[in-house]
Amino acid sequence: MPQARPRARPKWRLPVEWLGILPFVAFALLFLILPTMKIVIGAFQSPDGGFTLQNLIDLNTDSIRNAYWTSIKLSLITALLGCAVGFAMAAAVVFGGLPKRLRSPLLTFSGVASNFAGVPLAFAFIATLGPAGLVTLWLKTEFGINLRAYGFNLLSFWGLVVTYLFFQIPLMILIIIPALDGLKREWREAAEVLGATWAQYWRMVALPILFPSLLGTFALLFANSFGAVATAFALTGPQLNIVPIKLFAQIRGDVLGNPNLGYALAFGMIVITGLANVIYIVLRTRSERWLK
Amino acid sequence: MKRLVAWAAFLLGCLYFLLPLIGMTEFSLKMRRGEYSFDAYVRVFEDPRFWETFGYSLTLAAATIVFGVLLVVPTAYWVRLKLPQARPIIEFITLLPLVIPAIVIVFGYIRLYNTSSFLPLTGSAFGTDILLTMGYATLALPYMYRAVDTGLRTIDVATLTEAAQSLGAGWFTILARIILPNVLVAVLSGAFLTLAIVIGEFTMAALLNRPAFGPYMQLLGANRAYEPPALAVIAFAITWGCMGLIQLVTRFSKHERAKA
Repeated sequence: MPQARPRARPKWRLPVEWLGILPFVAFALLFLILPTMKIVIGAFQSPDGGFTLQNLIDLNTDSIRNAYWTSIKLSLITALLGCAVGFAMAAAVVFGGLPKRLRSPLLTFSGVASNFAGVPLAFAFIATLGPAGLVTLWLKTEFGINLRAYGFNLLSFWGLVVTYLFFQIPLMILIIIPALDGLKREWREAAEVLGATWAQYWRMVALPILFPSLLGTFALLFANSFGAVATAFALTGPQLNIVPIKLFAQIRGDVLGNPNLGYALAFGMIVITGLANVIYIVLRTRSERWLK
Repeated sequence: MKRLVAWAAFLLGCLYFLLPLIGMTEFSLKMRRGEYSFDAYVRVFEDPRFWETFGYSLTLAAATIVFGVLLVVPTAYWVRLKLPQARPIIEFITLLPLVIPAIVIVFGYIRLYNTSSFLPLTGSAFGTDILLTMGYATLALPYMYRAVDTGLRTIDVATLTEAAQSLGAGWFTILARIILPNVLVAVLSGAFLTLAIVIGEFTMAALLNRPAFGPYMQLLGANRAYEPPALAVIAFAITWGCMGLIQLVTRFSKHERAKA
């Protein structure tokens, strides 16, 4: 990192200090950066090793386009609902006049639930909303409602949405409660003194301040669900056509019949989650300026 | 009115979170026809594959934690003490695993460390275990680094280092006997979070073909009816346990500090 080098110092001393982070840099290079570069470079390589855009062009098939579209839709919807429900629950606890005792258990539970993803989460939902699940049977015997007849199937897009929300909502709660705490009481009082109603305070003061933080969390939730494999795989097996599942099948058995197309598929995932996170980081630094 | 809406939002949310937990618990007890029993749990605990895979994942989690602590504590310490200018770069790198999906990282591993590469880690079972441990350390890096860095913020790194040096301590002594005990709570929080992430991890273990707990659960889920919800209950209890331990060590440290 020559640009960070202080000019006044003699040259021979510098490497000694940078040596301290050498193990970390070596680790990051070997197990994070080089593997990712391998994918990115592979996406632009033809089978004989030359530069090509053919792999990215080849992504443009019905099946792959559908997979990306379904994945993006799934991530957008679960991020949107996760944000909305998480915000409602967080706001209820912070401003809604609910007992203070509820706050700490809610945070603890959110910590647990946001980490309770993957295979066991799929099992929990199969036991609840699956064909023989608790809620499915209860609705059928008590109210004569057949979920399947209403078109709900846990092993489908909307089933996945309902399941993903179990880790999306708690993540939103964990991030947004500190942000809501950061809203200063003085702002609200100042607005009230100037004659603002509750709705006006929210629309013109609180939401604009929270907006970067909300949109940023939205981006994080989006990336969070876009890269998730285990829950979807345990729930639906390899058949659901979303990008992570497709990539999983491609890595296991080259189902696309073209290894370089696999690189391109993975590269597309990096681009999309990368974009989502760039938005997150930019907006987060903007929101932190306000909340200090 | 406002309070009513708040209660409604809160309770509806709670209902959504409680139903799957009740559902999996109830289902896991239904193995015997007509009555509730722990048969599914007995079946799970009798399966030698359960213990093998669970032990394997636990061992890997321990290796990941040890490696993560050895990697992160000295780095975070050094950056705070000597290289504040490297901080943004290091922080950016530690956030990358949240940006790049795990499946893409492991895809890179498989292609980069195959048997014909410069470092053929996937060629042997032990090599693959090392690769998987490194993968887990990568997944845990954002949480571990942030925990340790926050811990370091609360202590005066420079003064402690100078004091130790003036008493004749070397770098190893400073790290092991001064810095580590001071950030132990942060390190333990990071460690338990790592355990929660690693123990049921599916994608990396499955694609590297290692007999870990996550792929075992997935396989059981594809073939059995009552054991999977029992596994889900066990996995939930483990996650809850990890988070509980984090709270416990944090509370314990606050208590200690208050006394002092």
